[in-house]
Amino acid sequence: MSFTLRPSLALACLAVTLPLLASANPILDGYKAEIKGNFSAAAGEKLYKTVGPNQLACASCHTDSPKSAGKHAKTNKVIDPLAPSVNPKRFTDVAQVEKWFKRNCNDALGRACTTQEKGDFMTYVLSVK
Amino acid sequence: MKLMPPLLLALLSTVALSSHAKYNGEDRGKPVMPPEINTKWQAECSSCHMAYPSGLLPAASWKKVMAGLDKHFGVDASLTPAETQEITAYLTKYPSNRWTANTAPLRITDAEWFKAKHFNKGEIAPEVWKRAAVKGPAYCNACHLGAEKGDFNEHNIRIPK
Repeated sequence: MSFTLRPSLALACLAVTLPLLASANPILDGYKAEIKGNFSAAAGEKLYKTVGPNQLACASCHTDSPKSAGKHAKTNKVIDPLAPSVNPKRFTDVAQVEKWFKRNCNDALGRACTTQEKGDFMTYVLSVK
Repeated sequence: MKLMPPLLLALLSTVALSSHAKYNGEDRGKPVMPPEINTKWQAECSSCHMAYPSGLLPAASWKKVMAGLDKHFGVDASLTPAETQEITAYLTKYPSNRWTANTAPLRITDAEWFKAKHFNKGEIAPEVWKRAAVKGPAYCNACHLGAEKGDFNEHNIRIPK
């Protein structure tokens, strides 16, 4: 009995593996297309812990670990974990991601974040397993 | 001269009525919760705090709140222009229907009806607001169990210890 690879099956296999090969996160890919160099998880972690002019850091509400549930510094509202390894809904909707970067960079750093910073931040948070 | 007494009476009673307007004209609506729920209002406002029912303030207050979301009580809560427009339209469609004063406080807790019910009657000791489970007067749902559904009935209150 001989085994022949059917073209349709081969295509199906490719369709499954290609997205995995292409990237871990399409939003991060979008940021990558805007910059020349690379993103760094170490730089992202540093940013995550940076205390800005309002005495706030990302970690103030999101806790020291992006894997933990946080608490809004002002309202006490529970914040679901940031890390997709424990909360797969995170970083799946570009409008949400942009909305919260705009708000939270302003609150924590007193300014907008650059694309480099957003990519570093995401690279860090995505790397936390 | 014959006309004067009724006119005078009308004038006097108008003055009397307005000076005795409940909560100086700053009354919350009845009901406070609109007959329809806008999903964007609910999702966006409740992402940081309880989504306060629009009947708690007049339309002019909601316009001010929504125009200043980038500095929302010290926090950047900005939305896209389309979201801002939709939520503003919803809030100003169902504002307090009993607010007669020409005032527009930003904080619900600054409204006369709120102060009368929470601060002026001496029913709630100042230390109650400082309890960890209460936190302060902005946290309706700490004591009003049905607050998120617009139920502020005094029989549905549990003050945490």
